Amino acid sequence: MAKIIAGVSSSHVPAIGAAIDNKQTEEPYWKRVFSGFEKSKEWMAQAKPDVVILIYNDHASAFSVEMVPTFALGCAAEFPPADEGWGPRPVPVVKGHPQLAAHIAQSVILDEFDITVVNKMEVDHGLTVPMNLLFGSPKEWPCPVIPVAVNVVLYPPPTGHRCFMLGRAIRKAVESYPEDLRVVVFGTGGMSHQISGPRAGLINSKFDKAFLDNLTKDPKKLTRIQHLEYMREAGAEGIEMVMWLVMRGALEDKVDEVYRFYTVPASNTAVGHIILEPHRRAAKKPAGKSKKPAGKMKRAAARAKVDRVRS
Amino acid sequence: MAREQHDYDDIPGTYVFDQDRSRQGFGINMFCMSLMKDENRKAFKANEAEYLKKFNLTPEQADAILKRDYNRMLELGGNIYFTAKLGATDGHSFRHLAAVMTGSSQDDYANMMLAGGRSVEGNRSKSGKVAKPAKAAKKPVKAKPKAKTRSKSRSKRG
Repeated sequence: MAKIIAGVSSSHVPAIGAAIDNKQTEEPYWKRVFSGFEKSKEWMAQAKPDVVILIYNDHASAFSVEMVPTFALGCAAEFPPADEGWGPRPVPVVKGHPQLAAHIAQSVILDEFDITVVNKMEVDHGLTVPMNLLFGSPKEWPCPVIPVAVNVVLYPPPTGHRCFMLGRAIRKAVESYPEDLRVVVFGTGGMSHQISGPRAGLINSKFDKAFLDNLTKDPKKLTRIQHLEYMREAGAEGIEMVMWLVMRGALEDKVDEVYRFYTVPASNTAVGHIILEPHRRAAKKPAGKSKKPAGKMKRAAARAKVDRVRS
Repeated sequence: MAREQHDYDDIPGTYVFDQDRSRQGFGINMFCMSLMKDENRKAFKANEAEYLKKFNLTPEQADAILKRDYNRMLELGGNIYFTAKLGATDGHSFRHLAAVMTGSSQDDYANMMLAGGRSVEGNRSKSGKVAKPAKAAKKPVKAKPKAKTRSKSRSKRG
């Protein structure tokens, strides 16, 4: 059976991609940003996912104003990098996982998420920048990627709660896929930023840090943040953070925060990054050290109780 | 018909790209989208006003484009991810656009970002009604408020 082994979130600032493409990563301004992802790349090299499901938004590349799907699932065999006005980024073509993607489409639609199926699509910096940040710049991406595009450009985007519930539906879909696959889910975008209008340049580190804290310990609280609050507090484009909640919904309720990084600015944006793994249950600790077998029993009983409540 | 008012219109310096603006600005955004192709960029640069006739633009919209009035474009239904393509066609960096939109020099804008960006303090609300972060909608906490009302009503009775 396939399973989700971790969730990763990161900003997807276009200028980060440009800094990589123009080989400016060693310049002090950019080194501050990229150094925050060194540990993440090590973690990723250990995690070695078989598939990445990457939640992102298109920036007037694949979707113009002619068609605006709220949720779109990339089911193609490959996704070429889009020309965003400066020629396509010199990154590898993203290989999809059409079989798992088809399985997810079938599962989430019957789970009442009327997702748009996309069989031909180019992907922009929203997808390729987080790939670079977590995998570096290899000649080929080390694993297939299933893109999930969320509309956050045309107001209103889906609510944070809806995004969280989509994550849940994706988890259910993944866990019902028969092949043994280890899946990592990426939530991208954010954090606080505004790039439009006279208020451009807005950053709210306090909001961002609280968001990171709650992403680990109280995501339900985040699902209650209204769009008005995102835009007011985190900037008009900060509303992208709802995409992080798809990732969070795809994980179990209890998670362990493995790593976090936050810096201001990259171009116009606060860069946030977090790695979450399913909570390691106490029962999994080395057996020999357990002094109180009764404790183990209690924990088992408590778990049984939780299961009953859930069902 | 006048634009329908929304709660987010209270956010200062912000033109939310909503359904109404999207409808209104379809021509602006489709024009910007056309600039993804090199031959279109050349045709536009050769005769801007003539090229704009291909799109269903109001005189105000065409004027905002010709004057590179980026805030006015947003107000009339343009979206920043689209208008940024016009900036790129002109060979401008995003910082240039940000400086134009915020009415500052590029250096001042860059320095503001380096110093941590524009503060949200004083930038939350036009009406001034929201000066502090809104408390995230919490699950109703029953114990405390109830205790207060009880004590009040008791004191009234007493």
